[in-house]
Amino acid sequence: MMRSLKRVAPQLLTLVVLAALVSWFFPGFLRIELTDGRLVGPVIDILKRGAPVALLAVGMTLVVATGGIDLSVGTVMAITGAVAASALVSGWGVPVALVLAMGAGLAAGFWNGCLVSVLGIQPIVATLILMTAGRGIAQLITEGRILTFTDTGFGFLGSGSLMGIPVPTLLWVSTAVLVALLMRRTALGLLIEAVGVNRRASALAGVNARGLIIVVYMASGLCAALAGIIATADIRGADANNAGLWLELDAILAVVIGGNSLLGGRFSIAAAVLGAMIIQTINTGILLAGFPSEYNLVIKAVLVLAILMIQSPHLASEWALIRLQAERRRTVRGQEGTR
Amino acid sequence: MTFKTLMMTTAATLGLTVAAQAQTVGFSQIGSESGWRAAETTLTRQQAEERGIDLKFSDAQQKQENQIAAMRNFIAQGVDAILIAPVVATGWDSVLEEAKEAEIPVVLLDRRVDSSDDLYLTAVGSDLVHEGEVAGQWLAETVGDAECRVVELQGTTGSSPAIDRKTGFETGIAGHDNIEIVRSQTADFTRSVGKEVMESFLQAENGGADICALYAHNDDMAVGAIQAIKEAGLKPGEDILVVSIDAVPDIFKAMADGEANATVELTPNMADPAFDALEAYWKDGTLPPKFIQTDSALYTQDDDPAGEYEARKDLGY
Repeated sequence: MMRSLKRVAPQLLTLVVLAALVSWFFPGFLRIELTDGRLVGPVIDILKRGAPVALLAVGMTLVVATGGIDLSVGTVMAITGAVAASALVSGWGVPVALVLAMGAGLAAGFWNGCLVSVLGIQPIVATLILMTAGRGIAQLITEGRILTFTDTGFGFLGSGSLMGIPVPTLLWVSTAVLVALLMRRTALGLLIEAVGVNRRASALAGVNARGLIIVVYMASGLCAALAGIIATADIRGADANNAGLWLELDAILAVVIGGNSLLGGRFSIAAAVLGAMIIQTINTGILLAGFPSEYNLVIKAVLVLAILMIQSPHLASEWALIRLQAERRRTVRGQEGTR
Repeated sequence: MTFKTLMMTTAATLGLTVAAQAQTVGFSQIGSESGWRAAETTLTRQQAEERGIDLKFSDAQQKQENQIAAMRNFIAQGVDAILIAPVVATGWDSVLEEAKEAEIPVVLLDRRVDSSDDLYLTAVGSDLVHEGEVAGQWLAETVGDAECRVVELQGTTGSSPAIDRKTGFETGIAGHDNIEIVRSQTADFTRSVGKEVMESFLQAENGGADICALYAHNDDMAVGAIQAIKEAGLKPGEDILVVSIDAVPDIFKAMADGEANATVELTPNMADPAFDALEAYWKDGTLPPKFIQTDSALYTQDDDPAGEYEARKDLGY
């Protein structure tokens, strides 16, 4: 427990600093009220709005841990949203829509996984195929329109709340906890890390690397499907052109802010979802602070750069070296003084 | 009998001559990136059919080289006119010169080009600034002398619709010191971002109690924002006035439900004035003005929004 806390300490600290920063520009930032039986406040908005990126980050962490990357998640969101919306419009009901959407996510993941592990295509290229082609698939499903539906049961997944907490928040938190437990209470996490560190060595040691990689991409597809369902339910419509657009980059950023190496190996899901929350805090903070929109991306870039620099192990060792030298000089001077 | 046959043959031949004289027009469309553009394609086809014009359609899939290839194709086929919705503003000089040499009039739809204006017959389009102005004037008239704090959802930062519709709205409300834009942010022209940004506006403005009106640069952002307003426990259309631009079917649905107040139409029917200009040109060589501005009609809840929704929903939006 203490070790996990220590692992996510930089991310937690960053969140606290960001919260303080936003509060400085917008004093009511931490205010949370209970109205109509649901919690309302900027922090609740962050926990809700961050859901798609947090879910994508869970799947992306696993893929990154095997040394891969999944660029197609944003597009998979659009596909699954389109599938769910068209099932609802056809009147097949919520359960069928959910099953079909998750099935589409799993199928997309299976496709990516096979390209990477069976055909041996580099992950960035393999998933780029679906990233570019997938929006076309989604547009074919929606016939190029924004498919809207009125089903409130499905809409509940995007904008409803349980015990005052928004449903998207519950979904991403429970997904993250479930996956983290599955990884750490079984050997699965260790095996994934082994494949990420050295696929050949782990395969020789008896790990089914090929199957494991396919499963990891399917998990990423499933997470993307959940994110797509939330995004679609939220606006009660499937927007094939814009759903999940560029979110794969935010998901990768969340994984990186979470201190996970893009080269594979050791990973932390908790840190990655905290990374997603950091990104969302920046996004919402910029909106609340009321800067002109021309500054949005610059502010975001500067903050992300600062966060990554603070976390950089290279800079940390440099800093330690500088401190060490300063200390040595001081002791030398101190000794000269006593002489 | 023979006479009758002769008459019929003559009639048939005449009919054939008329058919052979039917004008052929090539249409190079950008693609089908948005519902609006799909509606533009549908309406252009309808207009051509109604006027008995043979329309050759080419979808460029967002690529200029496809559009240039399509234009060269049309020129080679010897069409009577070319309609083009140019994907970008630059790089059209040589192909427009080829069309001019072949004496084929070119009409630009919706977007403009940087080339000299003697290379094309005319350009049909809407005035983005004027659209914003109509929206601003509507709000100024509606609120009268009451204090009104407006939040604005901008289009994609730096895009010309976002810049022009912002400028236009500010012109529309100029001189009304009771109306003030208190928050203005980009929501990328999409529903989901529109909803997200509106949520923060509501948080920042005392749960929405301090907001009197919302101005969105397109209807999709307004539709997203309407959901955010509803989820915050307020009534869009009453507690917060909603005015936006484009007039897509879904905003008429919202207006019919009393959740939106007004929209300014960006008509996808650019083909109608374009064909009018072409027919006048074919008839006696009348040269139209170099820019034909389409109407920016204002629709409110009084303009039978339910009927407008039915009329528009099948246009491919």
